This record gives sequence, C-alpha cells and structure tokens, in this order.
Amino acid sequence: MRISLAALALLAAPIAAHGATLRVCSDPNNLPFSNRAGQGFENKIAELVARDLGMTLTYTWAAQHETFVKRTLNKHACDVVMGVPEGYDEVDQTRPYYASTYVFVARRGRARVASLTDPRLHTLKIGVHLIGNDPAPPEAALGQEGIVDNVSGFMIYGDYAKPNPPARLIEAVEHRQVDVAAVWGPLGGYFAKVSPVPLTVTPITGTHGFAPLSFRFAIAMGVRKGDVALRTKLDGVIARERSTIRNILAGYGVPLVDLKGGADD
Amino acid sequence: MRFRFALAAFSLTAVLSAALAEDLGSMMQDDRQWVMPAKDYANTRFSKLAQINAGNASQLRVAWTFSVGSNHGQEAAPIVIGDTMYVVGAYPNEVFALNSATGDLKWKYSPRVDPSSQGVACCDVVNRGEAYDNGKVFFNTLDDHTVALDAKTGKELWAVKLGEITQGMTITMAPIVVKGKVLVGNSGGEMGVRGWLTALDENTGKIAWRAYSVGADKDVLIGPRFHPFYKKLIGKDLGIATWPPGRWQVGGGPVWGWISYDPKLNLVIYGTGNPGPWNSNQRPGDNLWTSTIFARDADTGEAVWAVQLNPHDLYDYDEINENLLLDLPIAGKMRPVVVHPGRNGFMYVIDRATGQVYSADKYDNQTSMFGVDLKTARPVMNDALKPLLGKNISGICPASPGVKDWQPTAFSPLTHLLYIPHQHLCMDYKTSEVGYIAGTPYVGATVDMYGGPGGYRGEFAAWDLTKRTKVWAIHEKFPVWSGTMATAGHIAVYGTLDRWFKVVDDRNGKLLYQFHSPSGFVGQPITYQGADGKQYIAILDGVGGWPGAIANAEIDPRVRNGALGFAGAVGDLPGVTSGGSTLLVFALPGGGSNAH
Repeated sequence: MRISLAALALLAAPIAAHGATLRVCSDPNNLPFSNRAGQGFENKIAELVARDLGMTLTYTWAAQHETFVKRTLNKHACDVVMGVPEGYDEVDQTRPYYASTYVFVARRGRARVASLTDPRLHTLKIGVHLIGNDPAPPEAALGQEGIVDNVSGFMIYGDYAKPNPPARLIEAVEHRQVDVAAVWGPLGGYFAKVSPVPLTVTPITGTHGFAPLSFRFAIAMGVRKGDVALRTKLDGVIARERSTIRNILAGYGVPLVDLKGGADD
Repeated sequence: MRFRFALAAFSLTAVLSAALAEDLGSMMQDDRQWVMPAKDYANTRFSKLAQINAGNASQLRVAWTFSVGSNHGQEAAPIVIGDTMYVVGAYPNEVFALNSATGDLKWKYSPRVDPSSQGVACCDVVNRGEAYDNGKVFFNTLDDHTVALDAKTGKELWAVKLGEITQGMTITMAPIVVKGKVLVGNSGGEMGVRGWLTALDENTGKIAWRAYSVGADKDVLIGPRFHPFYKKLIGKDLGIATWPPGRWQVGGGPVWGWISYDPKLNLVIYGTGNPGPWNSNQRPGDNLWTSTIFARDADTGEAVWAVQLNPHDLYDYDEINENLLLDLPIAGKMRPVVVHPGRNGFMYVIDRATGQVYSADKYDNQTSMFGVDLKTARPVMNDALKPLLGKNISGICPASPGVKDWQPTAFSPLTHLLYIPHQHLCMDYKTSEVGYIAGTPYVGATVDMYGGPGGYRGEFAAWDLTKRTKVWAIHEKFPVWSGTMATAGHIAVYGTLDRWFKVVDDRNGKLLYQFHSPSGFVGQPITYQGADGKQYIAILDGVGGWPGAIANAEIDPRVRNGALGFAGAVGDLPGVTSGGSTLLVFALPGGGSNAH
C-alpha cells in the first residue's frame, strides 16, 4: 500500500472527492489508533478499505484535538475519519465496525479489580484520563462515588511532543505511580500487550448504577455530512471484511464486546 | 462632579498640538493617540476627541481599508502611536505598521508561528492586540512567544518562548506594559494548563516575575503583603488546600483577558479563568485561585489582595473580563474602585485598595445564581440548576460564555454610563450520550445554547454605575462579541456579528450611523487623530472567535453542539456573513479640521 507522507501538500490538491483516492484524516501520533508510520490498527483498516475498493490511500495528518473535524473533514482535506463513537453527530457515520469497553489495567499480581463498585477502589491509587471540561466516563463515575483523593488525572492530549501522549497513563501503572488505570479498551489492551511489565486488562463491570454513563461504545467510520455515496461504499466494505477487521483488532489486543443494536453479528 | 477621573481628563484637551509625550502614562492622556487596546491603564476606552460627534456622525464614511490577510476571528484593537497605526492579525499573527491618516503601509512583520498551534487553541486562533512603550511594539503569538519589535522599522528586538503548544498552552491576550515590564498571561485552562501572569523586562524579554493562579503560596506570590478582605481567603497554600490532592497541578485559572494598573497604589489588577480540566465532582473545594480577581504589586508581582468571584465554578464562568478603575460614591463618599462586569452576570464594584465587594448587581438575565452575599463575596447558587450527571437541566442563564465574555466595555465620564457589549444566552445541560472516547474526535458536546428571554441573543447596553440600573439597551439578533468605545462627542461604537458597524448616541442609544461591512465583527473599535488633523475611527472586521467560528466555515452549522455548544445559538450566522480580515477606518468627509 502506498501511503503519502507529504500530507499537507494534499490540502491544495484538487482531488475528486470519490475518485480513485481514499483520503483519510488521521492523527500522526496516537497509537494504537494511528501514526505517521502507518503502524496503528486504523491505518491497517484504512489499507484494507482502500484495497477492497481498489482505491489509493492518502493521509492528511492532524492532531486529533478539539478542532480536528473542522480543520480536516469539514475543510475537505479528506473524506474519511476512521474512528468515531456511535452518536457523535459532527459527521455522518457508517455502521459500527467494532465495539469496545473501558477496562482496568493493573500490574499482574496486584488485586484485580473489575467492578466499579469494588470497595478497594476507595484505597487503590487510580489513574484516569482527562479531557477538556467534559468527563470521560471513569472520571465521572468515580467522582459520583466520592472516590476523589486517590485519583490521578492524565491529560488525554498530554505532551504532543512525545510519542502517543495517552500512553502516559499506562506507563504510570508500569512505574507504580498508580495501582490501576481506568482506560478505554483499545488503549489499555494494546499498551498492556506491548508493555515490558506484565499487565492485566479487565473489562469494567458494575456500571449499571451509573446510567446514563456508558462504558461500552460502538465505533464507526465518519464521513462529511451528506456524503451518502462514500458512506454506502464504506458500509459495504465493513460488511464484506468483517472477519479481517476483527483479526486486525485482535492483533492489537483491542478488547471487543458485542455491538449494541444495528450490527448484524 | 462625582467622577474625579473626569475632572482630570478635560484639562488636557488644550495640548493637542503640543509635542507627543514620551512617557506611556502621559501618552495615554493624549487623545490623538490610542496607545494600548484598553486606551488607558484604567481600561476606560474613552477618548476626549469630539470632531466626530452625535451631531455629524451620520456623515461618516470609509476613509481607507486594509486587509490583515487571514480569515480567522479578528479580535484585536489597533493601537496608534504618533501618526502610526499598529495592527496584529489573528493567526499567523502578522503585524502591520500603517500611516494612520492614509493607510499607507510602513512595514510588516511576519512571525513564523508553528502551524500546529492552531490545533490546540480552544476557541479560534484569535489575538487581542499589541502594547507599546519606549519605541517598541510588543505582541504575543498563538504559539506562546512574546515578541518586541522596533516601532520605527519593524525589526525584531527580542522574542521569548513562554510555553509549549504541545502541552495545550497558547497566548491570545494583548500584553500591557507597566513601568518597563511587559505583562503576559496564558490560555488553555481546559487543556490542563496551569494559569500564570508573567512580567518580562521590556528591553530584554527576561522574566522578572511569574505569578501562578494555582499552587503553593510561593508560586502564587502570596506573602506577608497579602491581605484579602474575606476570611475564607486567608490561610496557607490555599491554591493547594482548596483542591483534592494534586488537582491544582492542572488546575487552570489562565490569564487571557485584561490587565489594569493603578499608578497611585502601584497595583496591577486582573482576573483569572475557570478551573480545569476536571469534572466538577472530581474537584470538590473552592479551587483557588481560579475565577478570582487579583491585585498585585507592579514591581514584584506580590499579591496584595484577591477576591474569588466563582468558588468551585460549575459553568465555565472565567472572570478574565476587564476591570475599570473608577472613582464612585460609596455610602456617600468617593472611593477608588474596580468595576468588573462579571462573566457570571453580576456588575461587581470592588474597593481598589482592599478587595471588598461593595455591590454586585445583576446586569442581565441570570438564573444560575440568586445574588452575591456581600458578607462573603460568594454567589448564592441556585441549586436547582446545578449540572448533575444523568440529569438534563434547562434554562441555565447565562450560558457558558457568560452575560459578557472578554469583549470589553467602555466608560464615559460625561454620561457616567458604562457601555456593555454582551450576549443574552441561556443553555441546557444535556447528559451526553457520548462521553469522550480516546482515539476519536472530541467536541464538548454537553451544552446547548439559545437566545434568552425576549428571543434576542445579544445586547448593547448602557449601565448607570451610580444608580446601579440599566439606562437603555439595543437588542441585537446575535451575541455582541465586539468591544466598544465612547468619546466626548457623545458617541459609542460597536460592531455586530451580522456585519453592522454601528455608531450610537451614548445618551440614549439612538442609532446615528451604520455601515454594512465585509464580515462580522469580533474586534475592538478605537479612535485617534491623524497627522492631517482629522479624527478617525478604526475597527477590524473578520468574524470568528467562540461564536463566530461557525461562520468562517470551520464548524458545521447542522451540528447544534459544535463549537462547545455555541453553534446552536448562532446556527443562522453563516447565512449573513463569512470570514474576513478587513481593517475599516472611518472619518467625516472633507479636509482636516481642528474642531474640538
């Protein structure tokens, strides 16, 4: 697969929206999802999609921060964003192609926590991700339980000058800075898999009392609002390549859960 | 006359033809110039020029225009030194020097701003203006540099880097110069940035002092000179103790607004932003010193007093708005005060020497707080409207941008009125169906904003600070996100998001002149006299900023929660404007005149 690294040059290139080119906007520094070297599972799935549709894959790289969609997809710098959660309304969505769950990541041999109602959460040192002023689900749930003083926050955007900024939370587990990280499954699963320190990954349970907070999300691809033609093509690929996609995700240690509604497996 | 400020002001009219003073404090009294975005240290944005006045403003016309060449939100005020105007555009922050009468370009400076800074700025890539002192022009770049230029040539004298964009910090505020120090504050509270105000030596850029908004007393520059009026603000390391362990380290309280200076008390006075980035249930406590007004020694940065306006802020009510230094009658006696039109919707009148709050009146629709308890300076919260997870809450007023955001007011000592450009928005907190998921794009998709009671979304109001009431108001379709100014010619000036440049009679709000401009306004008007003896009014157009980003095509108006909820409130904006970057300069027709 040819991957263009000269991404910014493409901003000005008059490429037909749905010609022979699959134009993807992607974060150059955000494993396990994507990076500039094409090592993320979203890179692999993008390659799969391009191959299936007989298109050439090109990237526009941009940090997936708050203004990501408006700076990229909405400015026609690309036509596809590989991962958006179901219900995210800034884009039009394909059918979901996987679903995952928040997980607890801990060093092997430590008390293995699974439930959000486990009383040990009041005393263990817990790490969570922080984003803007909006809570990610584990931060909100722990606060609701009054679990505050033993919780440490790690900015999801972190220091973008370093590789894969969200990985600092997993490193905090490795370095014993925290006992357990409550983290989105793909991140936890992948970094536990490649960690030099043996780690356990446990899907978070006991979440019912925290509704409407949700800890499982289905993930779809996103296209510009109104781009029905491309969405339809992508839906076709997702249906045809279901097992290959599943294998790619499994290879990255992504904890998979059953898709909620809409999916046919 | 009740306002001592006014007595001093009018004795200076006679010196209009005298040589230009060189001391910054004197220069700001010379109304031929506009030497800082706030016009003067007291942040009055009032000029004694009256060639353009309520009687002839209807004859205004465009004298010249200039493009700053970048279609982002243009929030900057130009400044005028002698016969030169200096203007800075939004990212990539180019600076232009122009002949203030003819618009001829004298020089241009183009910083090499890191393009990735665009991706980390929270709310469009704005810049609010420059500062001047001793032959140097100072400004900040989005990627955290403060730069000094030779005012005559545009040559870079020094540039210092004050933060890392890769860690979410940006700088958007206009610096000010006080006694040879350039004061600069940072932006990025939602990104986990720890707020600070930094003083730089104007000759070298070397840091003289830095005062953090959160953390230990030694970092906040709280020491023996600190005497807050309210007991709850007395204690050791409250910038740590009022947070759960460690939360302060990413506690926010950025300093991205306006700074005032009282030469007599030698105090710099400014407000800090909201706490971040933790969910409010994860940061129990008052979260000092966020959403707080500080008074600091101008030489050392030591805190002298502070008052927190929004302890444990729940609504994103930054208190970085301007602080006007005025003399007002308090209990029958004239007092030097700070007037702070709060983001939370209260008009604070605070003793300038002690930090005591004398009054805090609602100046627009406000439902989230019942009032301010003057014994403690703490707002009395309406518990029914506290955002709770799992609960949809409607009718929170004001919405997150507050009754008024950064857009500065102006005060006329002739009318004794404060002119307030502001929004009139409420919001619903919706329990988000989608929490943020790592590896996916993020929007703060939890609030939905809409026009407040009466259906309008913005207002230009005149507030009587003595009678503590609104005297008149002009309702606008959209939030009024431009600054304003007033003059001795009895005019007040502002611009609207739907492209109208407006001049009104400052006594009654009567519309005197309007011009349909290329793009909507989020900039700040100024006035000055050119070398030709003519009075000019200048303002940048170019819609953008928090509400306007939707109109410069960066946010899809079909997404109601785009731009942190603002898209819902201004979804019809793209139907009336698109982006722009034009400096508009207005004057009366005919040759120069020295009419007063």
